Amino acid sequence: MSDINVASCAQAPVLKERGQREVFCGLTSIIWLHRKMQDAFFLVVGSRTCAHLLQSAAGVMIFAEPRFGTAILEETDLAGLADAHQELDREVDRLLSRRPDIRQLFLVGSCPSEVIKLDLSTAAERLTKKYAPAVRVLNFTGSGIETTFTQGEDECLTAMVPTLNESPDRQLLVVGALPDVVEDQMRSLLDALGIGPVRVLPASGADQIVSVGPNTYFAMTQPFLGETHSALLRRGAEHIPAPFPFGAEGTTAWLKAIVDKFGVSADLFEQVVAAPRARAEKAIAQASETLCNKSVFFFPDSQLEIPLARFLTVECGMIALEVGTPFLHRPLVGPDLELMTEGPVISEGQDVDRQLDRALERRADLTVCGLGLANPLEAEGLTTKWAIELVFTPVHFYEQAGDLAGLFSRPLRRRAILRQEAAE
Amino acid sequence: MKLTVWTYEGPPHVGAMRVATGMTDLHYVLHAPQGDTYADLLFTMIERRDHRPPVTFTTFQARDLGSDTSNLFKTACQEALDRFQPKAMIVGSSCTAELIQDDPGGLAENMGFDIPVIPLELPSYQRKENFGADETFFQIVRNIAKPCKKAKQISCNLIGPTALGFRHRDDIAEISGLLSDMGVSVNVVAPMGASPDDIAQLGAAHFNVLMYPETGESAARWMERELGLSYTKTVPIGVGATYDFLNEVSQITGLNPVVDAGRLRLPWYSASVDSTYLTGKRVFIFGDGTHAMAAARIARDEMGFAVVGLGCYNREMARPLRAFAKDFGLSALITDDYLEVEKHISEVAPEMILGTQMERHIGKRLGIPCAVISAPVHVQDFPARYSPQMGFEGANVIFDTWVHPLVMGLEEHLLHMFRDDFEFNDAAGPSHHGGHAPVSSQTEKTSQPESVSNESSDVIWLTDAEKELKKIPFFVRGKARRNTEIYATKVGISRISIETLYEAKAHYAQ
Repeated sequence: MSDINVASCAQAPVLKERGQREVFCGLTSIIWLHRKMQDAFFLVVGSRTCAHLLQSAAGVMIFAEPRFGTAILEETDLAGLADAHQELDREVDRLLSRRPDIRQLFLVGSCPSEVIKLDLSTAAERLTKKYAPAVRVLNFTGSGIETTFTQGEDECLTAMVPTLNESPDRQLLVVGALPDVVEDQMRSLLDALGIGPVRVLPASGADQIVSVGPNTYFAMTQPFLGETHSALLRRGAEHIPAPFPFGAEGTTAWLKAIVDKFGVSADLFEQVVAAPRARAEKAIAQASETLCNKSVFFFPDSQLEIPLARFLTVECGMIALEVGTPFLHRPLVGPDLELMTEGPVISEGQDVDRQLDRALERRADLTVCGLGLANPLEAEGLTTKWAIELVFTPVHFYEQAGDLAGLFSRPLRRRAILRQEAAE
Repeated sequence: MKLTVWTYEGPPHVGAMRVATGMTDLHYVLHAPQGDTYADLLFTMIERRDHRPPVTFTTFQARDLGSDTSNLFKTACQEALDRFQPKAMIVGSSCTAELIQDDPGGLAENMGFDIPVIPLELPSYQRKENFGADETFFQIVRNIAKPCKKAKQISCNLIGPTALGFRHRDDIAEISGLLSDMGVSVNVVAPMGASPDDIAQLGAAHFNVLMYPETGESAARWMERELGLSYTKTVPIGVGATYDFLNEVSQITGLNPVVDAGRLRLPWYSASVDSTYLTGKRVFIFGDGTHAMAAARIARDEMGFAVVGLGCYNREMARPLRAFAKDFGLSALITDDYLEVEKHISEVAPEMILGTQMERHIGKRLGIPCAVISAPVHVQDFPARYSPQMGFEGANVIFDTWVHPLVMGLEEHLLHMFRDDFEFNDAAGPSHHGGHAPVSSQTEKTSQPESVSNESSDVIWLTDAEKELKKIPFFVRGKARRNTEIYATKVGISRISIETLYEAKAHYAQ
């Protein structure tokens, strides 16, 4: 794929920033996690700010009573901790009696609950005993003092790993929440390759058995699952490192790494992937007409930045100027870094004002950033892509490769078609 | 601890951000973790602002907690001052920083800046967004405004508009125009558009127009006391309220209240025959206290609706709203619990909701048309066109906005006339809605009363009566079903026949 003589980004120095950040906290992950796990409720123990964040980030209020909510701490809760536990039990009791369909309850820690050291793991144990076997109660943190945006999913899955059944079977565990349509596509590809059994974490319901053990191989579909990765290693499973399955080449490389472990013949592999790969290449080629030789600048957001920069540079012909990521986890994104030619600034963490200075100086053709920055940068004449769409939209695997490229080409095409000045 | 699914108001520091973002040359240094930066998107996305809010978040992390978060805060203050060079700074804590007790006010004060540094105490675990905006603006005024020489021409300040306010941008233009017609000029609009220098000049005006009590009342009271500026008590939303407001200004200034009402159309539109169908439409009103009370007056006196429910989510307005509701023979609903509002609406089963974006969703679920009258705001509440709520143009806008979700007068009759036509689609709904939204709500609309009847009473609908019920236009069918069931229960009938249906109709005839 890449020329062996050209240095890759894997060896490039990393610009580490520790200033003001402009990112979501981990609670935001609840927005897609609750859609994925349809029998789960996410109860944030936090403040009005937490509730307001969830509602603002979700953008629209689709459900009159969603499967997430915030137990808002009040002055009285802050006075004494014993009280807070009793209050929590009461709210959980009320919630579960109103929602008998709930099988998994996640108590989600927030900045205030972490600062007052409200021990949610004790609460989860106590409540599990009380409601077992009907409801399983787990806890994880989505607090902004510990997690950034997608790390909420990482914390959630990490909390689920110890509860997975032990299995001695040789099997594949695919890790990362994917939209159902994408998960189905992935399963049918793996099925056609004769790989099985295939387990997926998180499963869509508590009744689906997910197991792990020393003969389990696991592959990641999301680059932000560093803690989950470590937790699975502790359960004895073996990680299959690979580029992430974005685009035609990314998907092919991801599948190839798996088939190599499972001993699938090259012929069968070629036979299974040929048609969808060709479709993906064709779809990417279309969007690449707009993207080729254009420059791109990534603000840190979801940790998807490095795999996406790999996709845009290697498969769509873009030139990356800076690739910012909130956290650089080499065991996961290393294979993608290796495929990228040296050149872009790789930055970890953030100092938003200084990064804005760099972005305005470099003036990339496309700037990928969060919602708080997009319009102000557009007003400066830059073309932007809001990063949050990349975690809300199906973008993985062959059939979505064209859509993924399209997410980046659309802002450029839009700027090109608008004629808002006088015709002279 | 209280379980909340959706909130009407954000935390108080978001109120402070609304003030800071509305103003110029002011910077807000907020001691807060990184997640709190989400609030920027409220302004850049919902309001489509082309600048970042003037807010520096310290974004402390867990690793900083053990070491030195107060130094982090001081560094943030210094960097914000150097980079943005504001003429005044406000400093404070978000909910999490409140717990670590770094005292941002004290820290910033000791840094010896040569600009005013105003500390904010916003109790995050007790109060909410409106309080935060009101208190922040009050502190800014208290710290910066000074008595000064009055301008020659009679002038006023417009008090209360903020960033992310419901139609504040256009209300300012409308009220400025009305006052200008009377010969009153505007000295300062604040917080929206004001710099700290403007705040210092507030005292040059002769009186204050308090546009939004939610965000400006504390400052207006302080200015009355300290600067001798009386302030208007009527919020000019609706025709009657606008005239009352003009009379109030006249009393304060001694100027003639005559203004050009040539472009005011609401009274005639409401009197014209097509509006007959609006008579007695049962409406449920919910919003912030100011907008809810204004809407109730318009609904009853200027549209001819029947107000069947009235409430607000901001507890600060509970007292005036309760008194006001009494005048309508209602007991006010004061709650910030969205599920409670939904429960009330489904019980009252109004024909229309005048509410917030939250009630719009309730309306969608229950199949009840809804027009939005108040914050919390949504990107739709910042239309490209001029669209005030206040003054004469505001009254015109309100007439259009409220009538839009309803089936129009003549159309209502046509639907009725054609209901038996085989090509007529009962679920089509108002012709100007493109057909998609009402179809989905229609299924819920018909299923809703059925589930109610199954749960709440033992009455059974005989097949003939059920068939007859279907002949009634869909937009009144739910009401007919409910009324018939209530009537049947009341008179002790357990099997509803065609007879019962029409007896009930006669019973409830107006």
